[in-house]
Amino acid sequence: MTIELTNITKKFGAFAALDGVDLRNADGELLALLGPSGSGKTTLLRIIAGLDWPDGGDVAFDGENALARGAGERQVGFVFQHYALFRHMTVFENVAFGLRVKPRAVRKDEAAIRARVKELLDLVQLDWLADRYPSQLSGGQRQRIALARALATEPRILLLDEPFGALDAKVRKELRRWLRSLHEEINVTSVFVTHDQEEALEVANRVVVMDKGRIEQIGTPGEVYDYPATAFVHGFIGESVVLPVNVTEGRVWIGNQALKIDAPNVGGPSKLYVRRHDMQVGSESIGLRGAVRHVRSFGAIQRADIAICAGGDETVIEIDTPRDHALRTGETVELHPRRYRIFAD
Amino acid sequence: MSDSAIAFDSGRVVVRSEPWLARVVIIGLTMLFLTVFVVLPLVIVFAQAFAHGVGAYLAALAEPEALSAIKLTLAVAAISVGLNLVFGLIAAWAIAKFEFPGKTLLITLIDLPFSVSPVISGLVFVLLFGAQGYFGTWLQNHNIQILFAVPGIALATTFVTFPFVSRALIPLMQEQGTLEEEAALSLGASGLQTFFRVTLPNIKWGVLYGVLLCNARAMGEFGAVSVVSGHIRGETNTMPLLVEILYNEYQFVAAFAVASLLALLALITLVAKTLLERHLDEGRQARDN
Repeated sequence: MTIELTNITKKFGAFAALDGVDLRNADGELLALLGPSGSGKTTLLRIIAGLDWPDGGDVAFDGENALARGAGERQVGFVFQHYALFRHMTVFENVAFGLRVKPRAVRKDEAAIRARVKELLDLVQLDWLADRYPSQLSGGQRQRIALARALATEPRILLLDEPFGALDAKVRKELRRWLRSLHEEINVTSVFVTHDQEEALEVANRVVVMDKGRIEQIGTPGEVYDYPATAFVHGFIGESVVLPVNVTEGRVWIGNQALKIDAPNVGGPSKLYVRRHDMQVGSESIGLRGAVRHVRSFGAIQRADIAICAGGDETVIEIDTPRDHALRTGETVELHPRRYRIFAD
Repeated sequence: MSDSAIAFDSGRVVVRSEPWLARVVIIGLTMLFLTVFVVLPLVIVFAQAFAHGVGAYLAALAEPEALSAIKLTLAVAAISVGLNLVFGLIAAWAIAKFEFPGKTLLITLIDLPFSVSPVISGLVFVLLFGAQGYFGTWLQNHNIQILFAVPGIALATTFVTFPFVSRALIPLMQEQGTLEEEAALSLGASGLQTFFRVTLPNIKWGVLYGVLLCNARAMGEFGAVSVVSGHIRGETNTMPLLVEILYNEYQFVAAFAVASLLALLALITLVAKTLLERHLDEGRQARDN
């Protein structure tokens, strides 16, 4: 199943939750919508599900207009952040719900429903909880039941809204791995929303980075990490060192100091972005130097706070370097970025 | 929650609480107040009812006028509770689960019967359906009797008891949110299936609670009913109206016998209410976990 979103807009009062979003996924793909809160990612997911309606734009499933159908007719499985299990029903009845509410003509008989529910509970490895109520389960168990419930009707698309957001770190890691292997097993087109970059990069085939109701970049986890398309993506994903610079006639200035680096296609006040581990300390000079303020060591790396000396303003950056070159507090070091990006302000 | 705080003070366990004298005085005053204003009147109602023995009590209740009043009261309560159950559910559902313009106005309107004197509520129906009222002539021409008959009494009672069911449900449904309904919809359930399979089971104790209070008020309503009933003996007198009439005619045993039934209803309502509140609290705790 492919999902195609064209120029989706959605306003809540004066606030533009979605501002012209275009998105197309591949069949069977596991797509992550990643962004800070308020970026519109959950609204976008709810529009795909039919739980919210866009003010403008088109939603098509396999080329067919999905906006003409209600949530119940889109054959979409939705998993909520806070599970939304039916509290007055047993685990078994929760999973069976989607099968029981089907019109009589297409409803399976009781034996077939029982078999299907059993199959799903086996899939999420919780068949021993069939007779419990949601309040008797742990968070991780509830979310797996919610997933089984969403899969019961064999949806064409699986949508997950911050599926692990309410769980503690350890369970979250476990379920993350489990979700990826489950997706490999059943291979249903899936979209999940998260604000956790690690989750998105680890689980998804492709990541959609959103900010302020717009898509900043779409790419594989490797692409968005190594080749951030915008300043926002660079700052949001991974640890970045950011330095204010000025670009005039192709030359990069930090304060009154010119740097020996290129700045293609940028001009005026800009920001120099470098991954924390890409900032090297050494003898090679590009004109960037700073005073070591503070050094902490863990494992194979040392993390240092370095005050960049350039003109009047002082910027303190945090870098990671190997321990073989020990840094001492107070010393002045030459810095050069192994890789960097410059984005105009 | 205990009524005293335990603090550890340099290795000693110190129990801090009010001085015993203050406690005795406060609790004593409360008990005295409750005895004089609640227990004593209740005892007197039953004492007066049985003043001339069980035989006289039963005979008073077996009077045709008394029987007719009991029947009328039950019928009116059944009608108004039934109507308010439907209206209350719909109103609470709309208010708690949907956003629409005029919602605040609707909430205010639902509360109106609580803030208006019951006599005014009754008068409104006289102005609407009375001989000189807006629909009076039309009703007379079509030979429809609303005032001084069962429909009028049922209407006035329904109006006065309107807020009970919806007021019991709105906070409960708002607290539960719309997530489960959204889950049901995305699983392919229709609106009605969602209501009967998901929404209603979650609020059933709240519904019962609202119905209970609504029923108690419906059976006990005096003011509004008094205005529209016309006090026709054996026909349009409800139990509270009959109690007043009998009392004014110095038939104390009969008056208190009927009153004792209303008092009994109050006691049963109280017990049922306590049990229901416990149920609702447990539900709330289960949700919080």
